[in-house]
Amino acid sequence: MTKVFKAFSRRPDTGGAMTDHDDSNRRAGEAVPPVPPARLEVRGLVVDRGGRRVLEGLDLDLGPGEAILLTGPNGIGKSTLIRALFGLLRPERGEIRVDTSGDREPGEVAPSCHYLGHRDALKTALTVSENLAFWKSFLGGPGAEVDAALDAVDLLDLSDLPAAYLSAGQRRRLAIARLLVAARPIWLLDEPTAALDAASEERLVGLMGAHLAGGGSLIAATHLAIDLPGARPVRLSTDRASAAEAAT
Amino acid sequence: MALSFTELANPTRFLALVSAVLPWTAGAAVLVLAWGLWLVSGSPEDYQQGATVYIMYIHVPSAWLSMFTYAMMAVSALGSLVWRHPLADVAAKAAAPIGAAFTFLALVTGSLWGRPMWGTWWVWDARLTSVLILFIMYLGLIALWRTIEDPTRAARAAAVLILVGTVNLPIIKFSVDWWNTLHQPASVFRMDGPTIDGSMLTPLLVMAVGFTLAMLSLHLAAMRNEILRRRVRTLGLLAAGGAR
Amino acid sequence: MSAFAALFRRELRLAVRVGGGAMMGVLFFLIVVTVMPFAIGPDLNLLSRIGPAVLWIGALLATLLGLDRLYEADREDGALDLVVGAGHPLEMVVIVKCLAHWTATGLPLVVAAPFFALFLAMPPEAILSTSATLLVGTPALTFLGSIGAGLTVSLRRGGLLVPILILPFAIPVLIFGVSASTAVVFDPAGFRAPFLLLAAVSLLAAVVGPVATAASLRGGLD
Repeated sequence: MTKVFKAFSRRPDTGGAMTDHDDSNRRAGEAVPPVPPARLEVRGLVVDRGGRRVLEGLDLDLGPGEAILLTGPNGIGKSTLIRALFGLLRPERGEIRVDTSGDREPGEVAPSCHYLGHRDALKTALTVSENLAFWKSFLGGPGAEVDAALDAVDLLDLSDLPAAYLSAGQRRRLAIARLLVAARPIWLLDEPTAALDAASEERLVGLMGAHLAGGGSLIAATHLAIDLPGARPVRLSTDRASAAEAAT
Repeated sequence: MALSFTELANPTRFLALVSAVLPWTAGAAVLVLAWGLWLVSGSPEDYQQGATVYIMYIHVPSAWLSMFTYAMMAVSALGSLVWRHPLADVAAKAAAPIGAAFTFLALVTGSLWGRPMWGTWWVWDARLTSVLILFIMYLGLIALWRTIEDPTRAARAAAVLILVGTVNLPIIKFSVDWWNTLHQPASVFRMDGPTIDGSMLTPLLVMAVGFTLAMLSLHLAAMRNEILRRRVRTLGLLAAGGAR
Repeated sequence: MSAFAALFRRELRLAVRVGGGAMMGVLFFLIVVTVMPFAIGPDLNLLSRIGPAVLWIGALLATLLGLDRLYEADREDGALDLVVGAGHPLEMVVIVKCLAHWTATGLPLVVAAPFFALFLAMPPEAILSTSATLLVGTPALTFLGSIGAGLTVSLRRGGLLVPILILPFAIPVLIFGVSASTAVVFDPAGFRAPFLLLAAVSLLAAVVGPVATAASLRGGLD
């Protein structure tokens, strides 16, 4: 079964040799749209979840071209922080604001962000390209074309298949392609490498690097080490505030 | 794992308040109800309805409280949606079963009263129908609270539903009145019989005050229980969090 | 605007492709209409008299029973998080989703109603008035039902809870809808008032529904 998929998904021009592989990664990077500069500021963030305090007094700064890798044990609040930054959780106290040079009101956070959560937000009844085309129109603004984004995650050959036929890793890649079709300066990634194989992970790191080079920034919560040059590690611990501060 | 401030601190003061106030309201309720019953026993029988008129002294206060409780819940819902006050949801949640109970009481006593008066247990009278719908809405709210596990999420959902109900109740009432006049000519028995005599009004008012005091006492006690229930839940969560 | 057009297209596509979509509702409607005479008896005079009521009950149940997955499906696959975070007003998103849902499930009911009316031996003017009231009234049912779907978004088994919560609010729609439909036969002048009231209730539901749904969706996110 796996073999069939591999044979099917491989494009004829990339034979799998090392040079071709690097070449495809480089071309993938070109699909990452440039973004307006944005600066994220978090001050004294306090978040409760289900009646339990998860984040207490967290400060964070993220400028253009910067990346933060969030680490820490299960249940420490990595996902909670990312969801709170995207505006899905209402903080008890504290401030989250985004300053952009664009026409957005300062402080309106979510429209400046991409969120890649645990779930891939795919409709299995729609085809791969229909899924992506919807997000491109719905998220709006400039961004990569659907085909270019699919090419960047190596899914172009499957674009007419229903998303239901994809494997977990392929679904993840399709979700990652969503980051490319709309240009948004801040990427909030929750376990982005989940379900990805080594080659896809390398490709994702390439996309992240291209995003940073294009003036974007990102926060990735992960329990696996991601080899991203220039990324700032932040370890959340029970003594959260000081941990985050020390890393800043 | 720090405890969330809002979860405990404010309700703590409220609990102290409850234990100070509750004996007084409960005592007052008992006294006023006893006085009311004594007045009722001295009040005359109705010249048309006979002894069945005594049902009125339970029916009318229950009906009044069924609406009063909903109004209270609407105010609480506003409090939990707009100000996110932790006690507001506790107040609304504790009030729902009490409101449902009084609405049920109003329906049952109305039915018992209707049997000798109208010759049937139930008529689709506009007022009866509206109260029945109110009862169903209470039950729906209780069902919603019971199905959503997380109290903060349940609070929000219930508050939205209560407020939607507040907007819709007058429309439902209007439409039911309209429907009733359409289907049943005005000659059908109405509950507003002859204007009420003073010898009945005084006991009725005393009973209404007694019922309201009883309702407030029950509500305070129910709020206390709800706060304690939530503390138990929080402690359980903390235990789970600590055992990581 | 193109964002909402894209959402509308996607919702329609999903409704058509997943689980039989529109046909399910119509089929359910047909079953309800078919079952009624077995309970009431095959007396055509009686059936033609209560025909509008039967059609309205069928449409009411068909609309409400199909609503519980309206937001839950999006929540399950994570799309709801992104829709909320996209920066569009959530109330508008709700309106678009409701309109798409109505187009996919409510409109087929309205179209099917005149044919089902023939089973009930309804006179032509009653068929016409019932279709008109269903056309005006079923959007209200969708908007009201959307509140229930929003409230139960975090529940895996919210299916039965939605009708329990929402049916009381649907009573005015039912009253005015059936009154206007039946009025035509007995007293043609009596059509106007309940029909206008039905339209008013429908418009009000189109305002209250999205606001309340958006509020409950925001609360059900985490």
